[in-house]
Amino acid sequence: MISFAPYIVIVPFIGFLVLGLFGWKLKSERTIGLIGSGTVGFSFILALTIFFQMLGAGPESRKHFIECFTWISASTGTASSLNVSVAYQIDQLSILMTLVVTGVGFLIHAYSIGYMHGDPGFARFFAYMNLFIFAMLNLVLANNFLLMFLGWEGVGLCSYLLIGFWYEKKIAGDAAKKAFVVNRIGDFGFILGMLLIFKTFGSLNFEAVFNSASILTAGSPTLFWITILLFVGATGKSAQIPLYVWLPDAMAGPTPVSALIHAATMVTAGVYMVARCSILFALAPATLHIVAIVGLATAIFAATIGLAQNDIKKVLAYSTISQLGYMFLAMGVAAFSAGIFHLMTHAFFKALLFLGSGAVIHAMHDEQDIQKMGGLKKYLPTTYKTFLIGAIAIAGIPPFAGFFSKDEILWKAFSNEHGSPILWAVGLVGAALTAFYMFRLVSLTFEGEERFDRARLHPHEAPKSMTVPLVVLALLSIVGGLIGIPHFSMFERWLDPVFAAAQIKLMESEQGSLTLESVLMAVSVLVAAAGVLAARKLYNERKDLAESYAVRYKKLYSLLVNKYFVDEAYETVVVNPISKGSEAFLWRFFDVRVIDGAVNGSARLIATIAQGLRKVQTGVVQSYAVVFVGGILMIVTWLVLK
Amino acid sequence: MVPIQHYLILSATLFFIGAVGVLSRRNAIIVFMSIELMLNSVNLTLVAFSAFLGDATGQMLVFFAMTVAAAEAAVGLAIIIALFRKKQTVNLDEMNILKW
Repeated sequence: MISFAPYIVIVPFIGFLVLGLFGWKLKSERTIGLIGSGTVGFSFILALTIFFQMLGAGPESRKHFIECFTWISASTGTASSLNVSVAYQIDQLSILMTLVVTGVGFLIHAYSIGYMHGDPGFARFFAYMNLFIFAMLNLVLANNFLLMFLGWEGVGLCSYLLIGFWYEKKIAGDAAKKAFVVNRIGDFGFILGMLLIFKTFGSLNFEAVFNSASILTAGSPTLFWITILLFVGATGKSAQIPLYVWLPDAMAGPTPVSALIHAATMVTAGVYMVARCSILFALAPATLHIVAIVGLATAIFAATIGLAQNDIKKVLAYSTISQLGYMFLAMGVAAFSAGIFHLMTHAFFKALLFLGSGAVIHAMHDEQDIQKMGGLKKYLPTTYKTFLIGAIAIAGIPPFAGFFSKDEILWKAFSNEHGSPILWAVGLVGAALTAFYMFRLVSLTFEGEERFDRARLHPHEAPKSMTVPLVVLALLSIVGGLIGIPHFSMFERWLDPVFAAAQIKLMESEQGSLTLESVLMAVSVLVAAAGVLAARKLYNERKDLAESYAVRYKKLYSLLVNKYFVDEAYETVVVNPISKGSEAFLWRFFDVRVIDGAVNGSARLIATIAQGLRKVQTGVVQSYAVVFVGGILMIVTWLVLK
Repeated sequence: MVPIQHYLILSATLFFIGAVGVLSRRNAIIVFMSIELMLNSVNLTLVAFSAFLGDATGQMLVFFAMTVAAAEAAVGLAIIIALFRKKQTVNLDEMNILKW
């Protein structure tokens, strides 16, 4: 079965080709939806089969390479030559990512059939979505950096296409452009890192690079720069400080896109990449610290912004950024499998929350402001229940999925050699904030009094094709964490071989006892519960209190509502100087003066000369004859004197 | 017998007068006449050399030249009449549209 692995990747691509080329001919949405989600479903089933086969095999025989064809073969003139194949690496980590991508992807595709019903771009939507799945699978299954980069850019392109899916809206086009440009900045780091890897190790193949890295000692400056550059790439794709600004805007795309690309899969690519290169990061402790600090800072920063947002999707977007921060915190404290675990559970509950918000938006006829909702649980019972499950899961209430993964990260942040109690404490505050803003969202959307115009709006439950994926994801959000119960973690044991080399380098030893772990776990549950209760109290019963706080801490509140003015700051510091500089120098000076000046100037020079010369042409034939005679005289003189 | 030099000097003088007339006069008909004068001075040279060398070819050529000149004179005068009809003048300073 393993040898069929390339079909996991190819089938969605075929789906893209069929829908992209002939989608406009297919009149029936049923057929389009069937092709679109069927290809992803096929990939999921294939991946699942391979997964079970790997499960049956021993841990040592779970890693496979499947070479498809040679992509680039070039001699560089030095000892090493650039040989890159399109080859896939099936191991514990990549199959897990494949399952998440295709599994969650399939559910979201199925959901989209209902959500996108009646959209004129129905076929185009599914074509892009299939292309995205193709690119994402290349990213996670690649066995070398270059193929990974192909997927990396591919998902960026699909992200652009899908954010700007409703391109007739200016806001969507702007958001797409912003996402693309910001991602390009990160990608530049990735490219540089890749080049540095090739220069250092003479190969781009994961296996070759990691093998030659594993004999190095930690702390070399080259490795520091490699990992820092790769991390810059990760901050772009995974929306970390300072490149997170594109993700909230990306919510201009259709909601299934937000769920699939901007919550469950694409934005986790950076986390996956760090995990994949764990050995490189393990050899650069300085980078690990930076990763941890950036991750934690992002987690807190985004969570505080999430407290004051009123757009249902924006809250979820900031929550995504915040949760991605937790994943990077895990990476930074060298708890790689905890980070990947959170990636997986987050994919479940965040996809669920986004799809739930999509159902709400659908029911409210494209209203996204939660201040204009309230009391929806009566109208959308299934959506409410599943959304509530997602919220509980993300808040970290046991035994839901988010509890296990987040608590694992917090515990590792406390106990690992690279961690510290400070990291834990700050992370805990973030967890409380998470619980608070999620239940603020639940209260304002589904509970309390109805603040919408009931004469105009008749909220209704979404169709089956939308609610079934919600229910499936809700089930996964409930039980998904059970595979990672501390000390009995099947999940960690499954991934251990992948991170073994990195762990040996770090000589990570868990400090702290079981008692301490239990105490900390209890603390984090209490904190999360406190956050939940505070939000419910404030927004269900004492809404006046919430409003009075907003008035009393007006400055802080407006700071949060305006997202710390980061967009404005970037506008002033980065965007404006560039656009002003481009206008003043590149356009008005260089283009107009130098380029156009050279072109117009040469034309004007010729014109000036011609202006003088045209005086010769008087139109009086006799004066021409004078010149004619003069010429003849000169020739004759010359002939005579010769 | 008149020596050849005399014919040649006369011919050159006639040619020079014709050339100056073409360049300096403003009346189209005078200019036209000057051109004819230049043509005939060349004919005179040809005939003179023909007699001097005892070769009839030059005289043959002159007959042809005169035939062509007759035709040319007809065409030239027709052009001048056409110009006059157009501009009510045969002053060449008025005929200056052959320019930029």
